[in-house]
Amino acid sequence: MFLSVNGPQTAGNGRAFWLAFAAVLAAALAYPVFADPYDVGNFAYLLLWVFMAMGLCLIWGYGGMLSFGQTFFFGISGYAYGVLAINFGGADGTTFLALVLAVGLSALAALVLGYFMIWGRVTGVFFGIVTLSATLVLAFFLGQTAGPEWRIGDARLNGFNGMGGMEPLNLPWLDGDSLYFEGTALYYLVVALIVLVYLGLRMLVNSRFGNVLVASREDPQRAELLGYDVRKYQLAAFVLGSSLAGLSGVLYTSWGQFITPSSVGLPAAAMPIVWVAFSGRSDITAALAGSFIVLLLFQTITVYSQQAALILMGAMLLATVMLAPQGFVLGAVRGLARAARRGRLAGQEA
Amino acid sequence: MFAELFSFLYQFADVFAFLVLSASGLAIVFGMMGVINMAHGEFIMCGAYVTVALVQAGFPLPLAQLGGAVAAGLIGIAVEALVVRNFYKRPLDSLLATWGLSLVVTQGLLLTVGSTMPGIGTPPGSFTIGQYTFSTYRMVLFGCALAVLGLIYVVFMRTRFGVHARATMQNAAIAQCLGVQVGRVYGLSFGLGAALAGLCGALYAPTMTLIPTMGATFIVESFVTVVVGGANVLLGTAPAGLLLAAIRAGLNGWGGQIIGQIGMLLAVIVIIRILPDGISGLLARRAR
Repeated sequence: MFLSVNGPQTAGNGRAFWLAFAAVLAAALAYPVFADPYDVGNFAYLLLWVFMAMGLCLIWGYGGMLSFGQTFFFGISGYAYGVLAINFGGADGTTFLALVLAVGLSALAALVLGYFMIWGRVTGVFFGIVTLSATLVLAFFLGQTAGPEWRIGDARLNGFNGMGGMEPLNLPWLDGDSLYFEGTALYYLVVALIVLVYLGLRMLVNSRFGNVLVASREDPQRAELLGYDVRKYQLAAFVLGSSLAGLSGVLYTSWGQFITPSSVGLPAAAMPIVWVAFSGRSDITAALAGSFIVLLLFQTITVYSQQAALILMGAMLLATVMLAPQGFVLGAVRGLARAARRGRLAGQEA
Repeated sequence: MFAELFSFLYQFADVFAFLVLSASGLAIVFGMMGVINMAHGEFIMCGAYVTVALVQAGFPLPLAQLGGAVAAGLIGIAVEALVVRNFYKRPLDSLLATWGLSLVVTQGLLLTVGSTMPGIGTPPGSFTIGQYTFSTYRMVLFGCALAVLGLIYVVFMRTRFGVHARATMQNAAIAQCLGVQVGRVYGLSFGLGAALAGLCGALYAPTMTLIPTMGATFIVESFVTVVVGGANVLLGTAPAGLLLAAIRAGLNGWGGQIIGQIGMLLAVIVIIRILPDGISGLLARRAR
């Protein structure tokens, strides 16, 4: 079976798009050569959240399931990575074993939660509030694990203060040294993963699987009458998207060697929704680019006031649904494309 | 023995009151418009803040609590007219819009008022059975929960507004053809839902620390009660409250608050697998 990165489910299939993609990728790869190492590390931090956004885009934009609980999987994986990395000691590549196991754990959690919701025919608004409830309960639970009895092996959960002290991702390298994925190395790791995940998701949504998924978003009953078991496709999308949130969680914990319950509960749970809604949930490229822009903006304002940044996020969400339900980034791109086409037609007539 | 039994019943009543008071406003709005108001917690917070401000201005507590509920209700009507009204055809977008609103309000309040506000303290008064001491105010809250359920019944079954509301709930288009002002019914229902949320905040204000993010304390309980109760507030909310309170109170007694909350959530996830339309869906199917 031939898998193509181009197709009807993604905007941007032409030569111009891929030239632009190559230019952006080249710029991203060259960036650490020119930039300050601190900025490179910071960019790696901003980019590691994008996996969660792309996962939500798959679940919500393509699958039509509005999940408010992506930080649930982020938190499960983030904490699992910490616990495993501490208990494994973190040398000889065991951190990558911890990464795989942690992402697997969030996939398992998504499989169980998704089974009950999707087979229970929970759709629409209830899907959102059940996933959000799960997230909030996890945050409450982690918040009260301050006592010394809350330890898994050598790892103390530490309640609201958060868990720290795990090794960052590292691999054995030349001369018995270890290559630690921090700063520039982490940046290249994250960029490579993003390219992999992005192209992989494009192939997925343009394949038969993606077409069925979109069909079940548009009209589940019709898709079912055409002979597809809609639930299996939705569950697969939910598990895959949630694993991507888990991947973000692992990278986050590894980046700061630290994770707290506040990255699970409110208002953190609202953030992926803001990124993806603002960007345009129905296209993976828009989610990727838009989320990065929103994250950069958020961080710039957070330096002055965290509350102000969160107010802006709330206002952006409100403005998106009132003014541009398709998302601002996607809306702007489509508008430009329309204008360009009109310009070309006008040129032909002249 | 009697003391132990009463102690369990007291726990049960406490949880039941919490679930019913925090969920009834959300349930009315969901049942009428199919909209889940993500700013529900902020209406609760608003009721609590107004109550405390009025008490500190010298009003007696019950009057201040009424004031809190009324204030939340008025704000609710305004929010419905300005924001929610645009989204009745797109219920999922209404979730996002109200969530955005909730973020703006909580963070705005954190920025302007600050993180905490001096509280007013639980009204004193307790009674003793066996070797256990119980707070009278918690029993008052249980009474209020029953009163709210009674009030909802009377409003929806015995008033002209209730007839219009039930007609709208059943079929908005036909109700409109028969001369019901559907837009006004929606506005008033949203206001009523917000006022009940405000009442919940007002009633719990004396027992809690006032912080702008306090709505989050209530929101899980209100969500799960509405999910289990289903779309009909008259049929669903009270049985859902009873069921979840029994689960929660039992687990609380066995393993503490956090086990109670996790257990309740797991129970809800299993319940939605069995009863996708909630208890009111089951009862409505039986009745047919």
